[in-house]
Amino acid sequence: MKDGDTTRPARDAAPQWQTEDGALMIAECRDCGEPHYYPRVLCPFCGSENVAFKACSGRGRIYAVSVFRRADPPYALAYVELEEGPRMMTNIVDCDLDAIAIDDAVTVLFADRDGIPTPMFTPAAP
Amino acid sequence: MSTTGKAYIAGAWEHPTRKAVDKTLIQLHAENVKGALNDAGLTLQDVDGFFCASDAPGLGPLSITEYLGIHPTYVDNTDTGGSSYVLAVGHVAQAIAEGKCSVAVITLAGKPRTGKPNKGEGAFYDDPNCPDVPYELPFGHVIPNLYGMCAARHMHEFGTTSEQLAWIKVAASHHAQHNPNAMLPQVVTVEEVVNSPMISEPLHKLDCCVISDGGGALVVVSPEVAKSLNRPLVKVRGSGEAVKHLNGGKTDLTYSGAVRSGPIAFGQAGVTPADIKYVSIYDSFTITVLMTLEDLGFCDKGQGGRFVQDGNLISGQGKLPFNTDGGGLCSNHPGNRGGMTKVIEAVRQLRGEAHPAVQVPGCDLALAHGTGGYLGSRHGSATLILERE
Repeated sequence: MKDGDTTRPARDAAPQWQTEDGALMIAECRDCGEPHYYPRVLCPFCGSENVAFKACSGRGRIYAVSVFRRADPPYALAYVELEEGPRMMTNIVDCDLDAIAIDDAVTVLFADRDGIPTPMFTPAAP
Repeated sequence: MSTTGKAYIAGAWEHPTRKAVDKTLIQLHAENVKGALNDAGLTLQDVDGFFCASDAPGLGPLSITEYLGIHPTYVDNTDTGGSSYVLAVGHVAQAIAEGKCSVAVITLAGKPRTGKPNKGEGAFYDDPNCPDVPYELPFGHVIPNLYGMCAARHMHEFGTTSEQLAWIKVAASHHAQHNPNAMLPQVVTVEEVVNSPMISEPLHKLDCCVISDGGGALVVVSPEVAKSLNRPLVKVRGSGEAVKHLNGGKTDLTYSGAVRSGPIAFGQAGVTPADIKYVSIYDSFTITVLMTLEDLGFCDKGQGGRFVQDGNLISGQGKLPFNTDGGGLCSNHPGNRGGMTKVIEAVRQLRGEAHPAVQVPGCDLALAHGTGGYLGSRHGSATLILERE
């Protein structure tokens, strides 16, 4: 892997979740074709180092969610299943926490966390 | 090489403290090791194998063996969180079978209530070298919401209810009332569990284990040593281990690593779940128990709610008595690591030394299972099958 190649996950880089034009980005293997999350220097399914970032639709469904009520304010930790397949840990935000449920359709939005555009999800418009 | 019958648990000791205000962490370890050796009828001078995990202060086993003044020929500090001490019994059996040691000690101690956090008690959330941390830390993953997501998914897929989960706590509380050291000795009802404050949906406060100081130790010995001691013979008949993780995004929260560690242990032991008279099941949360029972084959996947309800886990009432010391849900969870006490209570049952009110009659085959780390992301599973000879 070449240093400075921004098309591929780097060894020690901070997470890169967003493409230059604002789409959600995960990773895929160019050998076995499987998408994966989180991005890393090798494919977790076949071991190939021929991995690259992959732009996603930003659409998905809630696979699992738990509203942490003990926090002030409460927040929703979730795994969202992306249209592309992988399930990723995230938050469900900008919504009524009492109204979200598993299988709900959601879309990505990015929030700034320590200077990093960080993917969270909100209920998709009906 | 099979290790079946090559190792026996000769000593088992649980520290009675739940809040160790006046004791240091190393003092707790020393008291645990001495307690287990006294129970076995052995001394520190007999120890030639030493097993710990990252709750031991210092670098692996170095500082703690120096403190104890022992000179083992075999050491191991494999860490799989709270399951480490269940897993270690299997590793001891391998070491003994290869002749690397004949008297091994496994120790756990922790002071999450009264001490400075040590590396074994804390979460690994903020280690910048840990590859998953940057992908999870921004989202506020804490222990209750990682387990809460598993419970939510289980309810969604299988129709499991909060009331069914509550039965697990109810059963533990029925046992804890007989344990003078239990932190929560009061018997509770299903209604009290589901009406306790919501911590992280769908888990209520009484779905969660306690936080306690304390610990314990085991002495695992060769058959020759075991038969020279004046103690009941508790044989290690089978052991299995597995790590389960997020699998590159092919994440499935409906099962635990017990689906792999269980069959390995049952296969080695040559027995089935129907043969088991008593189980110690890691109970960080009620959902941990429910999923583990399914994954070990005590009921079909998705049927755990029906299996645990109506007192089926209560000793003397149900078909599968579990955690007769009150477990992590009611008695203790020393150092945030509950695997040690799971093995200890299984040994008590096999010896006939459990409290008479919860002792399983004719208990000759028991299972202990540990789930260390986080059910909702990555965890280490260890299954142990023990037999009274």
